[in-house]
Amino acid sequence: MNTIIKDTLTSILATILLALILCGLYPVVVWGAGQLLFPRQANGSLLESRDRTIIGSELLGQNFSGARYFHPRPSAAGTNGYDAANSSGSNLGPTSQKLMDSVKQRVADYRKENNLAPNALVPGDAVTSSASGLDPHISLKNALLQAPRIAKERSISEDAVRAEIDKATIGRQLGILGEQAVNVLKLNLALDGSAPR
Amino acid sequence: MNISGWIQLLLYIAALLLATKPLGLYLCRVLDRDGKTFLDPVMKPLERLTYRLTAVDPRQEHDWKRYTGAMLLFSLVSMLFTYAILRLQAVLPFQELFNPQKLPALSEHLAFNTAASFTTNTNWQSYGGEGTMSYFSQMVALTIHNFFSAAVGIAIAAALVRGIARHTAQTIGNFWVDLVRVTYYLLLPICLVFAIVLIGQGMIQNFKPFASAKLTEVVKAQVEKKNDKGEAVKDAEGKPVTEEQTTDTQSIVEGPMASQIAIKMLGTNGGGYTNANASHPFENPTPLSNFLQIFSIFLIPSALTYYLGRTVKNQKHGWAVWAAMFLLFFGGVMVAWHYEVAGNPNFTALGVDPADGNMEGKEVRFGIFNSALFATITTDASCGAVNAMHDSFTPLGGLVPLLNIELGEVVFGGVGAGLYGMLIYVIIAVFIAGLMVGRTPEYLGKKIEPYDVKMAAFVILVLAFSILGFSAWASVSKMGLPDPVSGVLTDGTNNNGPHGFSEILYAYSSATGNNGSAFAGLTANAPWYDTTLGLAMLFGRFAMIVPILALAGALARKKLIAASAGTFPVSGPLFTSLLVGTVLLVGALTFVPALVLGPVVEHFLMHAGKLF
Repeated sequence: MNTIIKDTLTSILATILLALILCGLYPVVVWGAGQLLFPRQANGSLLESRDRTIIGSELLGQNFSGARYFHPRPSAAGTNGYDAANSSGSNLGPTSQKLMDSVKQRVADYRKENNLAPNALVPGDAVTSSASGLDPHISLKNALLQAPRIAKERSISEDAVRAEIDKATIGRQLGILGEQAVNVLKLNLALDGSAPR
Repeated sequence: MNISGWIQLLLYIAALLLATKPLGLYLCRVLDRDGKTFLDPVMKPLERLTYRLTAVDPRQEHDWKRYTGAMLLFSLVSMLFTYAILRLQAVLPFQELFNPQKLPALSEHLAFNTAASFTTNTNWQSYGGEGTMSYFSQMVALTIHNFFSAAVGIAIAAALVRGIARHTAQTIGNFWVDLVRVTYYLLLPICLVFAIVLIGQGMIQNFKPFASAKLTEVVKAQVEKKNDKGEAVKDAEGKPVTEEQTTDTQSIVEGPMASQIAIKMLGTNGGGYTNANASHPFENPTPLSNFLQIFSIFLIPSALTYYLGRTVKNQKHGWAVWAAMFLLFFGGVMVAWHYEVAGNPNFTALGVDPADGNMEGKEVRFGIFNSALFATITTDASCGAVNAMHDSFTPLGGLVPLLNIELGEVVFGGVGAGLYGMLIYVIIAVFIAGLMVGRTPEYLGKKIEPYDVKMAAFVILVLAFSILGFSAWASVSKMGLPDPVSGVLTDGTNNNGPHGFSEILYAYSSATGNNGSAFAGLTANAPWYDTTLGLAMLFGRFAMIVPILALAGALARKKLIAASAGTFPVSGPLFTSLLVGTVLLVGALTFVPALVLGPVVEHFLMHAGKLF
C-alpha cells in the first residue's frame, strides 16, 4: 500500500515537472530558434501581394477554375476544396462508385478544357484528389497539357508559358528525393505578375 | 517501380544501417543509470533535480511487480491529466494566446478516446486536428504523451532485455530512472535539433491565430442550404435546397507544430497536428522532410536491436533480429509499391494514364514510391502518421499496412514496443524449434518453461482477441452516427462493399496495435466507436505490457545453464528464417480469414470492375 501511494505521488509530481520542461520550455525554445533562423517558414511561408495583403502560402494549394489559370488537383478539403483549415483526402476506396463517377467526370472535363482528343490519356494527378486536399503541386505532364489553353486565353506564346512552368517547377530534392512537381499557385501568380518574386 | 525509387530505398536502408550501431551504443549508456554521455554537463544536474523533486531514489532497483505498478500508475495519472485539459480546453486561462480559434471543449467520448489514444502511443485521430485542438491542447495535452508513451515503451523494452541478460536476479530496473533518462538524454535532445531542421523545410512554429489569405480567384459553389440550427433545408419534395456560396479567402492553419511533429515521428506516435497528418504541406513540406520523418520512425527501434545484442553479450543475436525485421520490412515495401504503381484498372478504363499509378489520396511531391514506403514504415512501426490516405490505396497496397499492424508491429516496430513484441516472437520461435527437435527450449542460456510460453502466448492472443472480437462486434452493430437525413444509425463507413469492412477491421487493428493510422473514411468520432476503440487501445497496450514485464521478471530469476551441442543457436540465417516464419505463421494465419473478406476479395472485385 505504501508503495502505491508513493508511486502515485511520484506520478503526479513527474507529470507536472516534465510538462513544464517538455510542453513549456521545449516548444518555446523551438519557437525562438525557428523565428530567429527561419522566420518566413515558421510563420507559414506566406505570400504577399505588392500592397502587403496576404494572398496565400507557397506551400498550400488554392482553387483555380478559370480558363486563364492553371488548374490544381481536385481537392476534398472542406466543402469547396482547398480549405486550409480543414485538410482532408476523399478517403474513397478503389472500388467506390462515387470515386469512379467523379474521375469519369473529371476526365471528360479535362479533355474538353484542354482541347484533347476524346481518347487522350489524362494525367493521374489531374483527376484524383490529393491526400491533404491542399496539394500545392501538379505533375509537369499535367502542366504541359494545360499550357496551350493558358497561352490562348492570355494571348501569349506557348514558349512564354513553358518558361513560366519551368520557373515554378521543383526538381527532385538534392537530385534524389521525391518527385518533380509544379507549384500551381506560384505559377498562376507569376502569370498574373501579382506576387513579388 | 522505377530507378529513382530504388535509389531512394537504398539511401534509406543505408542511412538506417549506419545509424544503428552508434545510436545503439548510446542507448546502452542512456539505459544504464550510471552511464556517461556527452550531455552530462547539461542534463546531469537536471536529472538529479528531477529525482529530488519527484521523490525518487535512483539507487533503488525494483522487481517486476513494482516496475509494472509504477508504469500503470504513471499512465493513469498522465491520462487523466490529458483528459482534463481536453475537457477544459475552452475555459483554461490565456485563451487569446492558446486558443485563438475559440475551439470548444471536446465531448466526453472524444476526450476519453484521445486521452487513451495518446497514453498508449496509438495516437488515433478521432479528433480533427486543426479544427478540434487548441494550441494549448496540442502543445501540452498531446505532446506530453508523445514523450511519455515513447519513453515508457523504451523503458519496458529495456526492462525485458535486462530480464533476459540477468540471472538469479530479483530486479529489472527502476521505472522512474528509465523514464527520466530516456526523456532527457535521448528524446528531448534529438527533438530539439529535428524540430528546427523541420522548420527550415517549411514547417510552422508560432502562436499566431490562423492567417487569412485573399484568394486570387473567388470560388463560387452550390452548397446545401442550412437553417440556423445547422440542419439541411429541404423543399416541398424533400430534396435539399442549395444556395450559392462565395469563398474569397483561405484560412491558413498556424500554431506550434514543429515541436510536436519532431517527437510525433521520433517517438513513433503519429498523431497529427492537422487532420491530414503528414500529408499536409505544413506537416511534411518537402521530400527531405519526408525522408527525415520516416528515418526518425525507425531510428530508435533499429538501434534498440543493437542495444539488445550488446546487453545480452551476443551481438550476432541482435543483428539476427535486425535482419528478420529488415526482411519483413523489405517484403512489405515491395508489395505496397508494386500494387500502387500497378494502380486501379478502373481508372485506366476511364482514360487515366496508367503510367501514373494510383494517385488518389497521394501528394505529387511524394509520388507513388514515397507514399508506399511511408505507409509500410509507419505500420511496421507503431507510428501511424500518414503521408497518403491508406483508405484510397489499392486493395493489396492497403493490405500491407493492415497486415503489418496485425503482425503486432514488430518490424522495427514502435519505440521499445517493436523490440519487446519481437522478443515475444523470439520466445515462441525457440519454443517451436525446441518442440521440433524434442528438447527443452533454451534462449540465451535460460530454459524456456511453461510459464514463459504462457505469457508469450497471452500477448499474441490479446492481439487477435481484441482485433477480431471488436471488428466482429462493430461489423454487426452500427456503431456510427445516425444518418443526418433519415436519422437511421449507420456503421460510419465511407465506402460500401468489402472496403467498408476493411475500414472497420483497420480501425480495431490500428487501435489494438497502438498504431493510429486509419482507413480514415470511417467516421469514428461517434460515442460507440470512440469508446470501443479507446478500450481496444488500452487493452492492446496494457494487457500486453503486463505479461511482458512478468516474463521479464521470470527470466531474470532463472539460473544460467551452459550451452551444449544441442542448443539452438539464436543467430545466423537459420534463426532469422525461423523468426520470420514464426511471425508470418503465428501472426498472419490468425487474420487470414478477415483479410480475405476485406482486401483480398476487393482486389478480385476491382479487377472484375465491380463497384459499390
